Amino acid sequence: MTTIPLMHVLILASTLFGIGFVGVIVRKNALFMLMSLEVMLNATGVAFIGAGATWQQADGQVMFILILTLAAAEVAVGLALLICLQNKHQTLDVDVLSRLKG
Amino acid sequence: MNANPLVILFYLAALIAIVASIKVVTRNNTVHALLYLVISLVAVAVCFYLMGAPFAAGLEVIVYAGAILVLFVFAIMLFGLRQDETRLAPKNTGFSVWLGPCVLALCLLAELVYVLQHDGIQAQLSATVVDSKQVGILLYGPYLLAVEIASFLLLAGLIAGFHFAKPREQGGDL
Repeated sequence: MTTIPLMHVLILASTLFGIGFVGVIVRKNALFMLMSLEVMLNATGVAFIGAGATWQQADGQVMFILILTLAAAEVAVGLALLICLQNKHQTLDVDVLSRLKG
Repeated sequence: MNANPLVILFYLAALIAIVASIKVVTRNNTVHALLYLVISLVAVAVCFYLMGAPFAAGLEVIVYAGAILVLFVFAIMLFGLRQDETRLAPKNTGFSVWLGPCVLALCLLAELVYVLQHDGIQAQLSATVVDSKQVGILLYGPYLLAVEIASFLLLAGLIAGFHFAKPREQGGDL
């Protein structure tokens, strides 16, 4: 049994997730949206590690490694897309880039 | 109120992580936001260490703060410095820009040194640690299919990165 209460770990995870979510919603720059997504994925990792530490199981760390893989692949594809958009449209503002639709 | 030093140190690292994350979301300059993102990830790594997951803490520093942040830095260098929001940022650059990340990083360093040299905390941590051997046994036993799926995901990321990086004459543009 770990000494850090699970409830406080979950409060930390949900706070970080909320900050990242607000960043994704509020920011207009696509690069900042990608950074906020990183903060959100990190918060889910905190929740998994906290749960794994509470029950003394390694499953939490296994799930954290899978989330890490997901984050690495997501950042690689996302940044490649953003570089293409920057080269073609000279901007990363999502309001301007919404002209792409339709 | 719990007077356990381990729990208090955890709260301090969590506070640093939350403050740095708020700064990431609210900065105007991408490089300044990136500095605070490094601090946020390292603070979360300290939280992992204090929760008894040193393997996850090492992976957090190596993969997140090492590899992913380097990707972000390269992308910002490719975007050039004439960012829309960078141009609108106030021109009071200098001391105040790097002071905040430095102070937060020094707080984390002091916390880590204190934890490493404090015998009581080390005894408390070694009683609750989930080491990398257990993680490896689980990863290549019941979770083998998940590892295979993760490798396919990384292959998809590799192919997508190669596709978008091709020159435009070969159909690489959007």
